[in-house]
Parts: sequence; structure tokens; C-alpha cells
Amino acid sequence: MPTAAEPLLQVRDLRTWFLTDSGPVRAVDGVSFDVHAGETLGVVGESGSGKSVCAKSIMRLLDEPARIVGGSILFKGRDLAHLDDEAIREVRGREIAMVFQDPMTSLNPVLRIARQLIEAMTAHGRFTVAAARSRAIDLLRRMGVASADRTVNSFPHQFSGGMRQRVMLAMGFSNEPSLLIADEPTTALDVTIQAQILDLLRGLNRDLGTAVILISHDLGVIANICQRVLVMYAGEVVEEGAPEELLTDPRHPYTWALLHAAPRIDAEAEDRRLITIEGQPPDPRAWPSGCRFRARCPFAIEKCAEHPELLPVAAGRAARCWVTQAGGALHSPERARAGGGAGVAAPVDSSAAVPMLEVPILEVSGLHKNFPVPKEAFFERQRVLRAVDGVDLQVFAGETVGLVGESGCGKSTLARLVTRLHEPTDGKIIFAGTDITHASQAAIRPLRRRMQMIFQDPYASLNPRMTIGEILAGPLILHGIAGDAAAAATRVDELLDLVGLPRQSVRRFPHEFSGGQRQRISIARALAVGPDFVVADEPISALDVNIQAQIINLMVDLQERMGLTYLFIAHDLAVVRHVCDRIAVLYLGKIMEVGPAASLFARPLHPYTRTLISAAPVPDPRVERTRRHVPMKGEPPSALNPPSGCRFRTRCPIAEEVCALQEPPLLEAAPGQRVACHFPGRLS
Amino acid sequence: MIRYVVSRLVVSVAMVLLATLVIFLIANTVPGDPVLTALGDMAASDPAQVAEFRARWGLDLPLWQQYWLFLQRLVHGDLGVSISSRRPVLQDIIDYAPATLELATVAFILSILVGLPLGVLAAVRRDTVIDHIARAVSLVGVSAPTFWLAFIALAIFYGQLNWAPGPGRLDAVSFPPDRITGLLLIDTALQGDWETFHDAAAHLVLPSFVLAAATLGLITRTTRAAMLEALSQDYVRVAKAKGLRGRRIVVGHALPNAMLPVVTLGGLAYANLLAGAVMTETVFSWPGLGRYTFRSAVTVDFPAIMAVTAIVAAIFVLVNFLVDMSYALLDPRVVKK
Ligand SMILES: Nc1ncnc2c1ncn2[C@@H]1O[C@H](COP(=O)(O)OP(=O)(O)OP(=O)(O)O)[C@@H](O)[C@H]1O
Ligand code: SF4
Ligand code: SF4
Ligand SMILES: [Mg+2]
Repeated sequence: MPTAAEPLLQVRDLRTWFLTDSGPVRAVDGVSFDVHAGETLGVVGESGSGKSVCAKSIMRLLDEPARIVGGSILFKGRDLAHLDDEAIREVRGREIAMVFQDPMTSLNPVLRIARQLIEAMTAHGRFTVAAARSRAIDLLRRMGVASADRTVNSFPHQFSGGMRQRVMLAMGFSNEPSLLIADEPTTALDVTIQAQILDLLRGLNRDLGTAVILISHDLGVIANICQRVLVMYAGEVVEEGAPEELLTDPRHPYTWALLHAAPRIDAEAEDRRLITIEGQPPDPRAWPSGCRFRARCPFAIEKCAEHPELLPVAAGRAARCWVTQAGGALHSPERARAGGGAGVAAPVDSSAAVPMLEVPILEVSGLHKNFPVPKEAFFERQRVLRAVDGVDLQVFAGETVGLVGESGCGKSTLARLVTRLHEPTDGKIIFAGTDITHASQAAIRPLRRRMQMIFQDPYASLNPRMTIGEILAGPLILHGIAGDAAAAATRVDELLDLVGLPRQSVRRFPHEFSGGQRQRISIARALAVGPDFVVADEPISALDVNIQAQIINLMVDLQERMGLTYLFIAHDLAVVRHVCDRIAVLYLGKIMEVGPAASLFARPLHPYTRTLISAAPVPDPRVERTRRHVPMKGEPPSALNPPSGCRFRTRCPIAEEVCALQEPPLLEAAPGQRVACHFPGRLS
Repeated sequence: MIRYVVSRLVVSVAMVLLATLVIFLIANTVPGDPVLTALGDMAASDPAQVAEFRARWGLDLPLWQQYWLFLQRLVHGDLGVSISSRRPVLQDIIDYAPATLELATVAFILSILVGLPLGVLAAVRRDTVIDHIARAVSLVGVSAPTFWLAFIALAIFYGQLNWAPGPGRLDAVSFPPDRITGLLLIDTALQGDWETFHDAAAHLVLPSFVLAAATLGLITRTTRAAMLEALSQDYVRVAKAKGLRGRRIVVGHALPNAMLPVVTLGGLAYANLLAGAVMTETVFSWPGLGRYTFRSAVTVDFPAIMAVTAIVAAIFVLVNFLVDMSYALLDPRVVKK
């Protein structure tokens, strides 16, 4: 809570621009905020809103062509923006520490953990090497690294992502700084590990009194830790307030849009379509002169042609919006506005939309996939990694089945098996009545038309040297669907209409599109051949909340219109709950629980499902306080050597002796809900 | 680690064998008859003499037997007898190799001592004068033909300015030291003959610079690229955020990572210097392996070609092995556990 005392950090009208050849990119353009000692401040906003540039400006970590062209960063009475190189170096890591997003690349791969921790301390002359070493071990222990005195001598590659982020936190806190800036510290981690790291961060803030600036695009993460939240849009702060108020009663239309675009894990959706805002954030080279959100704002009034200031709208709250400053309210969203496609009102074919739940379009039984592990030595015995280890799954025509689980649990491998991009080691795959388990590529070719895949990274999966027209016409010609070039061109236009892209896109190249638009292109490519079954592997994970919502809406629309069946893979449980009819939970290559989405979330019967759900944060501090959290111990064991009996037992809070001896079979424990646990439903 | 070393060793030996086999086969399929070159046109027209010659050198045996013989003798250190010099090839090689070894090693040290710091500086001071100088140096080094460089260097520094001595390893008036290693710098130093030492060193300057030019250019360029890559990595930003000084970041964080590609290149470059000094040795009348190989090739001297090839292959494989080992030492990810 803000106190009367002098703030620790006072940022005033900060402007950090990239002075590029094509004119200044005004990444951070007039940002002001305070951080008080011991406070936790959250910063949210979509990609490119200037969060990271702002954080790096405080640490003065930006290189040419970035320059702080205006404003001040007062920290303990000094203006960091104007310190010389040596003086700012003494602040970095000593007074203000920073933890970055990707723990996999943040540690130097050729140096031991010990050395990297020790030099952080000795660089500021506060510790001798010996003292720093024993402190490094203590810190690692405090961060929850097992047998720290031994592991401190490891190299980074011997650590998992979660462990590395613990090392980064140890490094951050090693000089007892008064402020820690964490830029998306958990974005690259699984929800279970994210929950552990956030817990740790909360405890450190409480015990050591270190102020924290937590940058995240996830409102749930912010809601759980922060005492105050800043919302950034187009290089400015557009709203500020306590999370309890800001997240339940937003006073800026952009915050309002963010909240409504994100599906909630704690609520049953009335409608699968989410509220989205159209358009893209403005170009940082030329901000609009009025309100920077005006082009996308559903509440805009005439006055919005003038640029609003960040002004108080209630006690302890400020917003940069003419409407709410004048006391106006942001009403509840109208459902009618929903719809991902850009105004394509094709009639809904109602007959296709009715799920025909009796016919499985895909039937998988006893499916296995082993990968040989690369040998480290010439004479070594060949070892195998059982990525998918006996999976039974049915997908019925017209439904959406979700696959969830931590990274490395075999989700993507399973997706690639059923689409036969991988060759199964054992088991059976029946697609539309045909056994395709070992079918040759030529034999699958006719079925490929009915079965398509969408990938996570829309950029990597589109050939950068082909125009959109060529990309979309390719499968049409390959499958002999379009007879001639004219027919192909007509079909390409239809596809672009379908996914809500302008027809002129045909002559453009993938790099000319945003991430969300590229994902629309990959969806169009998948739909080109008229499939009825689509496997989507993390189709929205790389996208901002609002774009995520647009893509979800598009997929829901297309499903209704064309009677599609989806196998939907995602690590975001809220999204999965929102879009799926049934959900399968995977752990180390095996299904732990499978059942209807509604009952699985309302009453998870497997301890793993229960802990997964409890680890996902809800963007509402009041709800969050009432939820019972089941902490998940440790990290998933190696798939090379899964535990005996129940493979979840090493992390299960209710494991008993029998769990190590007998592997629980996947049995029906509630209507339509099958669970692989000796004690289904015991952990509530 | 031990398992890693052993398995790399096994692979290395297999590679040497494979290399000798390939060379053996190639040498036997290229046109050119050793009988013709060795005996001359006159004698070669006498079938009896030809048959006797073939039998003496084992040229009448089936190919695989010839190869097998070659391998057997190889194991016993017998590399055969040169057809043209009529001396054991091993003796020839012992005579010629030190000159090349000395030249190549000095050239290699030179290119590392200059190329590495130049590359690092060019990366750290990107787009400044030093970067432009580094770019010019590597461009000239890599693209200028060796024989051209060699002639120009001789013409200017010996012919015009007379700053450097002429071709050869020593002045005609210098007494060569007693042979211990065959490396003049070491032999003279061991015998305390500093006058000859200086003479030998002076003679090395031009040819080693000429020989080093291409390697130096490559090492500068590779170091610069690897440093730029390393400096753009997240861990460098983290190191900066820790409050480390700039020099510490460059030397302690970026350089160890940038060394990885440089070591690979350096190893290959050294092997190349050893094997590929033909031009330089010719222009500078350097009595080294390069000239020996060249002569053997022209005279289709099979035993000599085979021996030199086997040695060159062995050098390449050995250097590769050393590169692998230093890689394992530099990069902990190479050998897991
Ligand atoms: N090196 C650069 N040169 C030019 N513009 C840049 C550069 N780095 C960032 N920008 C621009 O600065 C703006 C803010 O970027 P920033 O990284 O702060 O966004 P962010 O809010 O952290 O986004 P994300 O959620 O993706 O991390 C963006 O418009 C971006 O394109
Ligand atoms: S000022 Fe106007 S355009 Fe801007 S957010 Fe408020 S209502 Fe929307
Ligand atoms: S079988 Fe045992 S260890 Fe496995 S999930 Fe159930 S209770 Fe936990
Ligand atoms: Mg960022």
C-alpha cells in the first residue's frame, strides 16, 4: 500500500525512444509511476506496449539506438536516467536486480552456477569469494533447490527451466537489493512450476521486504501477488489501481477489454465466443494525436480526439480515459458484438453443427511412441524415451477434445501420431473407420484431406518465401481439389473471407502479417482442403490475450458452420475449459483422467487434475483468496525413467504404499469420467 | 569423460584407416604410370624390365593385397621406399617435415595472436575504426592469392627495402645447428647458438606472415561473428544487469562461448597450414613437406604419395580429436555426466 513516506522509485514522464533510421520508435512515451519500499507493483499490457523497455530503462540496460529522451527515474534521491556508466553499474544488481523471462537462456551455458552466482556478489565488493560461495548455497537452499551444496557446482544445462529460474531469483536477491524487477518470470514455465515460483517470490517479498515490479501479460499472475497494478497501452500507463478494484471494475476500456477477452478457469462459459476488440495497437512511430486507444475503443466519444491525461477516478485509482474521468461507467459487454470473422455472415448450417456423439471419428488404443535417445558414447546401449506410453482415446464427430498436461508430457507427440506425422511404435489408430496405424504416406494421402493440423508458431509453419495465395493454393492443387488456376483463386478468396482476412492478402508474404493474422492464415491453409477433423497444437499460445480471443472465436465459428471436430492442445487450462467438450489430462505419456470439461473442472477426481487446476491463477484476488490451493511438489520426473506403479506418485499429495506397487488402470469413476488413480476423488 | 575420450579415439583411428583406403583407391585410378616416370620411355618399352620393376614394387599384386601390404608395413613404421628418391619414405619425411612444422606452427601462432584479439575488438567496438581495419585485414588475408602475396612480400621487403632476408631457412653463410628436432629455432636455442637463432627467426618472418594471411583473416572474421553472437545473448544482458564491468562481461562471459567455433576453425586451419604450404614453400624455397608432396605427385611416386597422405590424414584426425577434446573442456554440454 502506498505510504506517506518518500517512494523508493519515482518514474516521471519517462520517454524511451528507439532512434532508428526510419524515424523514432516511441516505445515508452510518457510513463509515470511510483514504487514504495517493500511494495509489489504489477505491470500488464499487450505485447509491444512498452513494459520491457520501461523496465530496461530503469536499469539502463538498453543499447543503441534506444535512448532515454526525456523524463526522470528518481531512485533513493538519484536520477538513474542521468547517472554515468560506473555509477549505474553500481546500482545494477546491487540496489536494483532484474530477473528475465527465459530462464533457459539467462544463464551462461559454459560457466558453473556457482561462478555465476558468486560473481554477482563479488562484483559489488560486498563479499569475498568464500563468503559469496557459502551465501550462494544458502540462497539456493532458500529458493528450494535440492542439495544446494552439490548442485551449486552444476552447469546450467543440468537444470530444468523451473530450477534455473530459482537460480535467477537467488542471483537477484544475492545483494539484498531494495527493488527487484521481474519481467515475465514465469511465462516460459508450466502452471505448476509457475505457481511454485510465484509462491517463492511472494515469500521473499514478505520476508526480505524487497519491493517487486512484476511484469506479466497474465492478469491472474498479477492479481495474485501485486498490491498495485499498472496497465500499459501504446507506451503509456492507461490505468492504475489496486487489483481488487481494477480487475473487477475496470475504469479504462482497454483494461475492460483485456478482462473480457481472457476466459476464466473458475466460471462456466455461457458462450464460447469471447469479447474481443477489433484492430491492432497503433504504430509506435506515429501515435495518434488523441486517445491512443480510440480506434479500437467501443466507448469512444467525440472528446476522445484529444489526448487524455492519467487522472484520479476514485480513491487510489487513476485512468487515462475521458469517459470514466467524467464519471461514466463501462457497461457489461454485449454478446452480439462477438465473432472473430470480419463481418462474414454466412448462414449457419445447423445440421452440421449438431454433434453426432455416437460416431468416433478417431479411435486410438494402446498407442505408444518411443524415441531413441541420442547416445553420448560410442558403445552405449540404446535407450528409449517413451513419449506416449499407452494412450486410449476416442474423439467423436463434432466435439472438441482438449489435451492438457505439463510440457514434455507427450501432448504434441500424440497430436503428431494421430495425424501420422510420426510413425507409432505400437498400438492402433483408426480414423474415420480406416486403420491408419502403419498406413504409408500414399495410403494416407486421401485421408489427409479430412485431417489437418494447426501449429503453435504461425511464423515457423508458413514458408516465408511464398505469398499467401501460393500457400493457400498449394494444398488445393496437391489434393487435386481445384481443377485450374481460376478455381483455385476463387477458393483462396473464399478461404480468406472465412478466416476474416482481406482478399488483397493473396499477394503478400507471411512476414507482412501480425502473429494473429498469421495464425488465421494457417487456419485457412488447414481448412483449404475441407477437413472435418483438425488437430490444433497450442494454436494460441504465442498470441496476446485479445488475439487469442479472436482466434478462439474464429475456431468456434468455423466449428459451428462446418461441423468440425477438434483435438485441441493447450497448456492454458482456462482456455481449454472454455472451448472443449471433453478433456484428457496427460502425465508422462499416459492419460490420468479424461471426461466432460464441465464435470472435470467442477469435480476433478485425479489428484493431478486437481493440482493443475489449483495452480492456474484466477484474475480476481477475491476469488483467489477463497480458492483452496493444493501445492504441487517438485517437477515431473524424467520420461526416460518413470516411477514404478502410479507415475504421478512422486508428486502426489495423497500417495500411499500401494501406489508404488500397482499401476492404477484408467477406469470410469463417474459418468463419462475415467480416472487412473487408486483413490479417485479423495483429494478435494 | 573417459568413455567420451575412448569413443572419440576409436572413431579417429577408423577415420585414418578410411582415409588411407580412399586415397589408395584414388591414387590407383588416376591416370599416370609410375613405371613410365621411374624408368623413362626407353626402359619402359622393354617388357622384361617393366615386369621386374612391377614385381619389385609389388605393383603386380591385386589391389587389395597392395593395400594390405601397405597397412602392414604402416603398422611397423615402414612407409615404403620412394620410387623417385629410392630412399625410405620415412627418411624423406623426417628430413622434410620439420621445416613445414616450424613454418606452419609459427604461422598458426601468429594468426591466433593477431586474429583473436582483433576479432574480439572488432565485435566489441562494432562499426568503429578498429572494426573497419579488422574487416580490411580479413578481406585481404582471405582473398589475396598466396603466391601473389608471397611474391609481393619478397619483392618489397627483400628486393626493395631489404628489411627481410631472402628465400630459404638460413643465410648461405650461417652454419645449420646439429640436428636434434629438425626445428631450427629449437635446435639453435638448445645449443645456445643465438646468432643462427636470429637468422632462422628472420627467415621465418615473411613466409609465416604470407602463410598466416588466410588463416588470420578467417580467425578474425570467425571470432568477430562469434563474439557478436555471444554478446547478443540473454546471459550477457543478465551479466550486465548483475552490475559486472564491461571487460568482465566480454572476457568472462562472451569470450568463452565465442571460443567454441573459433577452436573448431583453428584446428582445421592448423591442419591446413601443415598440409597446404605448397605455394609458400615453393616461392620461399622452403625445404618442406609441401614441396615434397608436390614433387611426389608430379612423378606419380606411389609410396611417397600414400605415406604423405596417410600422415596428412593422421594429422587432420589428430587435430580433430584435439578439437573435440578442447570442445569438451570448453563446453560442458558436450559430455553429459
Ligand atoms: N531494438 C528495437 N528497435 C526498435 N524498436 C524496438 C526495439 N525493441 C523494442 N522495440 C519496440 O518498442 C516497443 C515496446 O517493446 P517492449 O519490448 O517494451 O514491449 P513489451 O510490452 O515488453 O511486450 P512483450 O509483452 O511482447 O514483452 C514495441 O513497439 C517494439 O516494437
Ligand atoms: S478516452 Fe475515449 S477512446 Fe480513449 S479509452 Fe476512453 S473512451 Fe476510449
Ligand atoms: S494412484 Fe496413488 S499416487 Fe497415483 S494419483 Fe492416485 S493416489 Fe496419487
Ligand atoms: Mg516484454
